[in-house]
Amino acid sequence: MPLWLFIFLAALAVLSALGVILQRNAVHCLMALVLTLLDIAVMFIGLGAVTVGFLQAIVYVGAIMVLFLFVIWLLNLQVEDRPPAHLALKLFGSIGAAALVAELCTFVVKAPSTAGLSRLPAGFGSIGSLAESLFTDYLIAFEMTSLLLLVAVIGAIALARRPAPARSESAAAMPEKQIGSL
Amino acid sequence: MIVPPSWFMALGAVLFAIGVAGVLLRRNVIVMLMSIELMLNAVNLTFVALSRALGSVDGQVIVLFVITVAAAEAATGLAIIIAAFRNRETLNADELNLMRW
Repeated sequence: MPLWLFIFLAALAVLSALGVILQRNAVHCLMALVLTLLDIAVMFIGLGAVTVGFLQAIVYVGAIMVLFLFVIWLLNLQVEDRPPAHLALKLFGSIGAAALVAELCTFVVKAPSTAGLSRLPAGFGSIGSLAESLFTDYLIAFEMTSLLLLVAVIGAIALARRPAPARSESAAAMPEKQIGSL
Repeated sequence: MIVPPSWFMALGAVLFAIGVAGVLLRRNVIVMLMSIELMLNAVNLTFVALSRALGSVDGQVIVLFVITVAAAEAATGLAIIIAAFRNRETLNADELNLMRW
């Protein structure tokens, strides 16, 4: 990846990430997040991770962000009119974030150099090389993610489902209703 | 000039800190979830940069897992938000304080 492209993408990523946390309207926050994610996807492709970059664009931007958008639309969110946070919280949050950047960057200094950057195995980042690793070394983890997705889907449906209409004939449903009304 | 991987990691650190600041500063739970997604992506960027630096594809496989977990987390989190909004009619994290000690 050429230097000018990295600087452009990095500036765009930081600006749009700031847009995510600074804008009042949730839809604008989401659009800024979409821009950040697409920006990172382009960076992935520039780093040789072509498959992961496209998956990022398709799965993240295409599916997860649309899910967020549907929820915002479903809940009919309005622009927040109250101040976003208390002043002390704002102060400590900003100081904490700045300290985190400083701390992480001290580790970055010790990162590996560019020595191995020039030589890459053929087909690096292609679907084939990913699949070879995914279905041998990470097979158990891969199967676990399918279980995780299944549980997440069932959990999401169970949580978001409108509660069943009150059954008058069963007194046993009362404790359940009380919990739900809390 | 080839961009050194530490620059990508520094960018990842900045994006992660912006996500942390979003979780701390914003009171809208949906925006807090978006900030969590931002943090996950900052870590993904670090993984891919190191995968490139080390010439190993393992980092990219872990990014796939992170994307999967992020999808599960977003689905469950948004379902919880819908259920909470139905009961409390608010998305302000300060008002969703039933389980606060």
